[in-house]
Amino acid sequence: MTKKIYTKKEWIKTLAGLKSSYNIFVPVRDGDFHTFEAMDDKKNPDFNFKNTRLSPKSLIYPQSERLFEYTLNENDPDANIIKQSKKDYFPQAIVGIRPCDAHAFQIVRPNFDNPEYQDPWWVQRYNSTTFVGLGCNNPDSTCFCTSVGGGPFSEKGLDALLYDLGDKFLVKALTDKGETFLNQAKGGKEADEAALKASEGLAASALDKIRNKVSTDKLKDKVQTELFDAPFWDEVAFACINCGTCTYLCPTCWCFDIQDEVFKKQGDRIRNWDSCMFPLFTLHGSGHNPRARKVQRVRQRFMHKLKYYVDRYNNGVQCSGCGRCIRNCPVNIDIRQVCELMNGFSHKNQ
Amino acid sequence: MERPLKNPYLPYPVRIDKIVTETEDRNLKTFRFVFQKPEDENKFSYIPGQFAELSIAGKGESPIGIASSPTEKGHVTFTVNKVGLVTTHLHNMKEGDVMGIRGPLGNWYPWKEMEGKNIVIIGGGFAFTTLRSSIVYMLHPDNRDKFKDISVVYGARNPGMLLYKDELAEWEQRDDINMHITVDGTDDPDWKYNTGFVPTITEQKITNADNAIAIVCGPPIMIKFTQPVLEKVGFSPERIILSLEMRMKCGIGMCGRCNIGHKFVCKDGPVFSLAQLKNMPPEY
Repeated sequence: MTKKIYTKKEWIKTLAGLKSSYNIFVPVRDGDFHTFEAMDDKKNPDFNFKNTRLSPKSLIYPQSERLFEYTLNENDPDANIIKQSKKDYFPQAIVGIRPCDAHAFQIVRPNFDNPEYQDPWWVQRYNSTTFVGLGCNNPDSTCFCTSVGGGPFSEKGLDALLYDLGDKFLVKALTDKGETFLNQAKGGKEADEAALKASEGLAASALDKIRNKVSTDKLKDKVQTELFDAPFWDEVAFACINCGTCTYLCPTCWCFDIQDEVFKKQGDRIRNWDSCMFPLFTLHGSGHNPRARKVQRVRQRFMHKLKYYVDRYNNGVQCSGCGRCIRNCPVNIDIRQVCELMNGFSHKNQ
Repeated sequence: MERPLKNPYLPYPVRIDKIVTETEDRNLKTFRFVFQKPEDENKFSYIPGQFAELSIAGKGESPIGIASSPTEKGHVTFTVNKVGLVTTHLHNMKEGDVMGIRGPLGNWYPWKEMEGKNIVIIGGGFAFTTLRSSIVYMLHPDNRDKFKDISVVYGARNPGMLLYKDELAEWEQRDDINMHITVDGTDDPDWKYNTGFVPTITEQKITNADNAIAIVCGPPIMIKFTQPVLEKVGFSPERIILSLEMRMKCGIGMCGRCNIGHKFVCKDGPVFSLAQLKNMPPEY
């Protein structure tokens, strides 16, 4: 697999040169935060960031997306017939995605792409995307990727990986997709021994900087109904204001709503992100609501991530350890603490 | 590129062929649909117990149990309670109108296990739809021999609230199915069937659980009081089969709202045995 070295300036120029083959998304500074944007002449990529405020989840799975369209005009022979919206799946590359966020797509994948059903929009956009990661030299205080199957230089879900060597990037292809990307990338030079050594040193020291250790080893063996009835849920949920920030920021939250929108005689069927934090999410037409109370919804979020997902897919927990929900929760609910409570829960001691 | 993916969200276009108002409060109507493209009927191949999304352009979708039986060719029917945006709009539509159905979705009653057994069907109110599908399916000449005795307890608030009245009368006349129709109460002097709640009538009429499977569909309160009656007669939780309802959007296990524990009602259900439900969080 290709391993190349670029000066940082040269790398940005190289990316600009790939625009005829890929839609390129890069981190861009936006006020105090970073966000992934389509690369153009006005926006300068900025690879100097801890992580973007929002994960690049929306580049595979948009917050709002038109799925179908139709006409309600009765004079049209196709009136009321629902048709797929045309889509363009031109290859795209997300350059600078953090390893936790790339891992998150792997975690989400079995929901949208399984033997029974494939979500055509998620699958096609995922397949047309090349993930070029950027390893984390300096993980944040809320990062715990190493506890959930990832790492600051984890290659899971990545097609290529960038190492920030100060004034240069070392980039390694990891898959055929990554190889194709790098073969089209102009410039750079073959990585030398010194650069490879330096990259290994970076990865090792980054690992040392992650001080959080969250235990997840016993979750699988817990009895679901016992964990559901655990006494700590009221306390966990007490401060929650059901704002839903955690679910919108989470790179592994995938729940959605489908709504019809009509303007005059033209209509669209649209998919929007939804959140288990909202009571309408589960409200029946009859008025009955299985998760009417806040504590039920908070429990659902953590049980889904740390128990139901584990039981259903046998693929670890539904969390990539990015720490966004911890940093942004207005009432300081911390998934690391809840995970410890769940992992350490013993029905017999209660 | 690869072959285009099959789109599980795309409804088949259908035409409303016939509408029957079922109940005296006019809140329940049965809609018979014909596929606009004849080849879609074969693609929509279903088994009693499954449901589908009724899909109306401009309004949205609603998950409804399939009331027709696969032995009834040429159309598919649904009995719909008028409740929310989609179902209210549907109740205002006319014969000949075009809409969509998406499915079939979910699992079905355990037909393999039910073969060679006595079948007890217990239904209440408007939850009788997939039970109607099942009864029509079992009574079909190709299938009747596969099952032993078939007993049905079906109750509604009053005679005017019973679904499928003509068929109920016809089944009453047959000697290969034991019908126990009941109403909670009535002042109709001509009422010739039972009076009493479903659990009470079940206790009187269903007295033998030998080699039997019970399918129970109805409002939660009916299920709650029928369950101990069945267990007392000797039905083990594995042989009490229930069908659940949940708010749904996708119907294919992706949108995240209809889960009970790690199971999705839309994809792993809607049919669960009582034994399965006892191992799931009681959140439904």
